[in-house]
Amino acid sequence: MIYHDIIIVGAGLAGLRAAIEASDLGKDVAVITKVHPLRSHSGAAQGGVNAALANNPDGRDDTPDKHAYDTVKGSDFLADQDAVDVMTNEAPARIYELEHWGCPFSRFKDGTIAQRPFGGAAYPRTCYGTDKTGHFMLHALYQQCVKRNIKFYEEFFVMKLVVEDNQARGVVALNLGTGDIVSFASSSVIFATGGSGRIYGKTTNAHVSTGLGVAIPFWEGVAIKDMEFIQFHPTGIIGKYILMTEGCRGEGGYLLNNAGERFMKNYVSEKIMELAPRDITSRCIQTEINQGRGINGGKYVYLDLRHLGKKKIMERLPGIRDICIDFLGVDPIKQPIPIHPVMHYTMGGIDTNFDGATSVRNFYAAGEAACVSVHGANRLGGNSLLETIVFGRRAGEHAAKNLKAEKEKNTRIAEKAKKEQVKYVEGLFKNGGKENPYEIKKQVSTVMDDKVGIFREETNMKKAVDEIKELRIRYNRDSRPVKSGKIYNYDLLWYLEMKGSIDIAVVIAAGALARKESRGSHSRTDFAKRDDDNWMKHTVAVFNDKAPVITYKPVVVTKYQPVERKY
Amino acid sequence: MEKTFRILRYDPEKDQEAHFQDYKVPYEKGLTVLEGLYYILENLDATLAFRSSCRAAICGSCAMHINGQYRLACRTQVSALNSDLITVRPLSHLTILKDLVVDLKPFFDNYKKIEPYLQPEKAEPAKEFTQSEKERGKIDKLVDCILCAACYGSCPVASTNPKYLGPQALVAALRFINDSRDGKTQERLAIVANDEGIFRCHTIFNCQQVCPKDIDPTNAILKLRGKSFMSKLTGKI
Ligand SMILES: Cc1cc2nc3c(=O)[nH]c(=O)nc-3n(C[C@H](O)[C@H](O)[C@H](O)COP(=O)(O)OP(=O)(O)OC[C@H]3O[C@@H](n4cnc5c(N)ncnc54)[C@H](O)[C@@H]3O)c2cc1C
Ligand code: SF4
Ligand code: FES
Repeated sequence: MIYHDIIIVGAGLAGLRAAIEASDLGKDVAVITKVHPLRSHSGAAQGGVNAALANNPDGRDDTPDKHAYDTVKGSDFLADQDAVDVMTNEAPARIYELEHWGCPFSRFKDGTIAQRPFGGAAYPRTCYGTDKTGHFMLHALYQQCVKRNIKFYEEFFVMKLVVEDNQARGVVALNLGTGDIVSFASSSVIFATGGSGRIYGKTTNAHVSTGLGVAIPFWEGVAIKDMEFIQFHPTGIIGKYILMTEGCRGEGGYLLNNAGERFMKNYVSEKIMELAPRDITSRCIQTEINQGRGINGGKYVYLDLRHLGKKKIMERLPGIRDICIDFLGVDPIKQPIPIHPVMHYTMGGIDTNFDGATSVRNFYAAGEAACVSVHGANRLGGNSLLETIVFGRRAGEHAAKNLKAEKEKNTRIAEKAKKEQVKYVEGLFKNGGKENPYEIKKQVSTVMDDKVGIFREETNMKKAVDEIKELRIRYNRDSRPVKSGKIYNYDLLWYLEMKGSIDIAVVIAAGALARKESRGSHSRTDFAKRDDDNWMKHTVAVFNDKAPVITYKPVVVTKYQPVERKY
Repeated sequence: MEKTFRILRYDPEKDQEAHFQDYKVPYEKGLTVLEGLYYILENLDATLAFRSSCRAAICGSCAMHINGQYRLACRTQVSALNSDLITVRPLSHLTILKDLVVDLKPFFDNYKKIEPYLQPEKAEPAKEFTQSEKERGKIDKLVDCILCAACYGSCPVASTNPKYLGPQALVAALRFINDSRDGKTQERLAIVANDEGIFRCHTIFNCQQVCPKDIDPTNAILKLRGKSFMSKLTGKI
């Protein structure tokens, strides 16, 4: 039985930034994480983080307003414009702060933070540290937590959010090291549990980004938003799906088809070429592949960096080169990189306002697990690292400032919830399963890859919804975790993760099927146009064991009226 | 084609001591050791415990001892091992908690001892601290450390002297000392210039060989020695 005034679940960038804020405001805060903080997926981010610093000689007149417009346009006008303003206005302060905290950004000649062009941005405003920006940011924030002596519960796996009277009371977690199920009572809970990429099979995401962190609050009645908007990144390496950052194209890399042609010119203006936003670029690549212009007619095209030269590649993209050599045996200095689009990012998530608040009192969310929403139907590269630090901080601040400690009561409630979880897990171990849960999960991922991918269409998506429902039944009825010892039972962990993945897969597929238009990453061959009259609205899903209940809510429009999105 | 994965197993709830267990894993081109471990977990033996996250050599979860060398399992291609037998053991001289999972607390405690956070002398400017490309170059590589502990596991000195800071913590110390924005060079040197720090290293170069990020901790330690020598000579520490 443990109590802290504020409990943060997740130690990626969003969770750490929230913890620093709450701690600096003098609150009793603790962070729970299933992997050591430095193993969080944030560390894998490569390309950079956006802020209108105007350091780049080609971008001296950049402003937060211009950043906001690019973001709204990139979102295909589904982002909430008030939230976008908050993000782009606070961006420079958050970046300077990180710099003051030691984050080793790359530098321009004048000693300022270096900025590179990124897709969908009219200005070169993506601040970077070579191609390891997420790693540098994550380490800097973790170091600040060490400095503040912030309390971490590492390798504790949260399985339940405790809610009573529509108010968060704490969480229940599995201590991986001992196998004990523990209650963490608190008066405020912040979820910063990251993305849901592993719902798909072909994804850039880490093994730990499963979607469970979105499912846990969903199961308690917290609304989740815009889940059907899944970003497919144009450039994942074949076979392994590891990301080749957009920075590759920001630095001047080409996309080439079977004929060695820079095919982007057939789709977007000559000025934009490879730096079109991700949804568009991914569709272009997929179209080339579908029409037989993949390399040797295969399911991939080339990302070519050779003309950048050894010096530039070594200076700006050293990590990319290492990945290619380690995982493909290809040296991008000498050979083009075989790539295709892969699932990369979940625009949707736990429905929050720009203070991180949700439909449940004292329950907050931030980072990729949340949907504020600033990305709308398509996120711009470099905006999600930004989101983690802007809205992580705001969630921490808001939770701290609105804290009403109720230690005894919440401890009682959390302890009761813990007992139920102990029973649940004991029940799982009682009757052995006849199916392999990993097989079931793999099938779910294949359905998502094949039927709820880049191009979507009614019949296939209907099948997807039915197939996932069937797989969900089989998972619950026929599969069980192994009853091994208590210490580091990873099979139990993965088994519980899958439950989240499957339930969120249902929401993605159902939301996509319902949305009869094409917008941003959601591209339907049977409804090829954006339909602002009927569909300029957010999808909101609430849990129901039979099927998620879907409603809609309006987009916040302040300055920018929707126009056709041309690049 | 199949490969044999010979894995050191230890379950504290039932084993007196660690023992090897063999598994047959189907081989296909590009198979990594981490993928092999997942194959075993998902199809052959769900009791196997190992850590992983990014599977892209950036999170530092999966350092282990593979065919005679400390490596990241995710980055290691089975084909590169040129063998049909893949022998996998956890990192050395850290307590095994279960199978390939070790207790990294001593390793992280050492990291914390060197005060691993920027401590600027100057007041924070309204914008960024400026740093020339050359100054930034001085922390290049050092900032790439993913705290995977491969160096620590490979270090024979760390194995006999639990108090020794170890290669990673010393790399981290140099990372801050070399950072033009940091103002605590002498204090940092004082933390490492002793028998539990840079003078304990026997320059065996194991860490240099195993570091998956090519950081060269041995060289970092030699640089720290040079700097602390100057500081001692001038009476600064
Ligand atoms: C390969 C890659 C490259 C990227 N590059 C860029 C880029 O260049 N620019 C950009 O802006 N964005 C980029 N992104 C996106 C961006 O990195 C992520 O959106 C962002 O880092 C997410 O951070 P987070 O703090 O929300 O979550 P994460 O960093 O994923 O952290 C989640 C945390 O939650 C914990 N957790 C989750 N579930 C539980 C549970 N049940 N119990 C306990 N703990 C739990 C985990 O342990 C972890 O600590 C990239 C993404 C990928 C996949
Ligand atoms: S110095 Fe190299 S081997 Fe040692 S922890 Fe860092 S990355 Fe790993
Ligand atoms: S799984 Fe992240 S380094 Fe190997």
